[in-house]
Amino acid sequence: MKKYSVFAIAREAMRGHKGWEEQWSSPEPKKEYDVIIVGAGGHGLATAYYLATVHGITNVAVLEKGWLGGGNTGRNTTIIRSNYLYDESAGIYDHALKLWDGLSQELNYNVMYSARGVMMLAHNVHDIQVLKRHVHANRLNGIDNEWLTPEQAKEFCPPLNISRQARYPVVGAALQRRGGTARHDAVAWGYARGASARGVHIIQNCEVTGVKRAANGAVMGVDTTRGFIGAKKVGVVAAGHSSVIMNMAGVRMPLESYPLQALVSEPVKPVVPCVVMSNTVHAYISQSDKGELVIGAGTDQYVSYSQTGGLHILQHTLDAICEMFPIFTRMKMLRSWGGIVDVTPDRSPILAKTPVPGLYVNCGWGTGGFKATPGSGHVFAHTIAKDDPHPINAPFTIERFRTGRLIDEAAAAAVAH
Amino acid sequence: MLLIRCPYCEEERPELEFRNAGEAHIARSANMAGESDDDFEKFFFIRSNPKGIIYERWRHIHGCARFFNAVRDTVTDKFVMTYKAGEPKPAKLPGASK
Repeated sequence: MKKYSVFAIAREAMRGHKGWEEQWSSPEPKKEYDVIIVGAGGHGLATAYYLATVHGITNVAVLEKGWLGGGNTGRNTTIIRSNYLYDESAGIYDHALKLWDGLSQELNYNVMYSARGVMMLAHNVHDIQVLKRHVHANRLNGIDNEWLTPEQAKEFCPPLNISRQARYPVVGAALQRRGGTARHDAVAWGYARGASARGVHIIQNCEVTGVKRAANGAVMGVDTTRGFIGAKKVGVVAAGHSSVIMNMAGVRMPLESYPLQALVSEPVKPVVPCVVMSNTVHAYISQSDKGELVIGAGTDQYVSYSQTGGLHILQHTLDAICEMFPIFTRMKMLRSWGGIVDVTPDRSPILAKTPVPGLYVNCGWGTGGFKATPGSGHVFAHTIAKDDPHPINAPFTIERFRTGRLIDEAAAAAVAH
Repeated sequence: MLLIRCPYCEEERPELEFRNAGEAHIARSANMAGESDDDFEKFFFIRSNPKGIIYERWRHIHGCARFFNAVRDTVTDKFVMTYKAGEPKPAKLPGASK
């Protein structure tokens, strides 16, 4: 892997940019690997990267049915934060946030992590109570979060409407200054490049069609559209399709998959300096470095794998955006799209061993997995390498739905689901 | 937005009038307190989440307000059929080859 640097740019400029090499190779699949990761999204590629760098396991294949980073990694609204209520969630999301800081240097790839602050709006007494509870719980866990008055919120984000005449007036806000955004494609590409340079095989257009198990129940490998590929350890990181893959191994999951939509506006000059979220009117917004307003909508109410979603969902979100930011009422929307998110009953992820020996699963990130990408890959690699969870992901088992030891962010999460 | 046929109103109405109520044909135990942890987990948390044909409950909340069941393809979102609550899970789907 050739290092990217200002000298590399100068060198290539001198010779017509003919020396740039492919960022990752596309090898033919081998018959057998030590570890197979199903799904080349951010979480899967990060898992492969940390298997190679932290645990020295490089005989790894990442299988992807489509193209790398083409699922939810390239469809989310790129928001990063760790202001979750419960200790378990705070642990895993802040682990990720600490890795975001410095990830560009670690990967030698600019993921454009920008700690521009994530501000969550309160519109009524209940919101104030909930958000203040989050502020206090976060601080006890060593996570920055602070309470702002409406005037302070407007100072932090000038286009915000804090008029008392609004239908849902802003009565306060919680601000996590370390929160922000990153460029989601670059995260997948950076991890892919780093993993590939260390010998990991990234195999695109290779759909897993079955999971093979030995007579004793243990995993032997996977059937794919490019033939059988053997491995004694298989990690399923397939987002909305995780339950489909797990069913192939005979494991039924506490998951349901829904379309989640997002949209971007025409590009304009810098106007939104941070991320603004509101649960009550249900909208979130930030501005990309290209100038587009990036707007997140909600999920549809029914199980679907269609990657589309209903128009009324977008309309509802745009109503909320225009309510919060009347200056955007005449903005034109350029594109909208949907991704399929896998949601658990308690709205917390599952990163765990499974009842099948050698089969591991990292799923259930629901509507908010992007922010966790580095931390998720880091602890999932540990779980696979050691056949034992890292202390940070130990609570995120499948068994919690039998024991009742839920991590109930469903009601407590800082974002509406 | 989906168009959904309510089997009670016998009309196709827009999705906004309906509320999805999750997977259908999951029987609630008559003796909930006596359920084992395994059975309770299966009843309460485990879902089939199929990529393809799903059997699901809907409620015509802004219409007749009644619950009914539907068969839908989760890849195309096309409804195969709807039927009244309490009717058995259809053994054969209209248009199915076998």
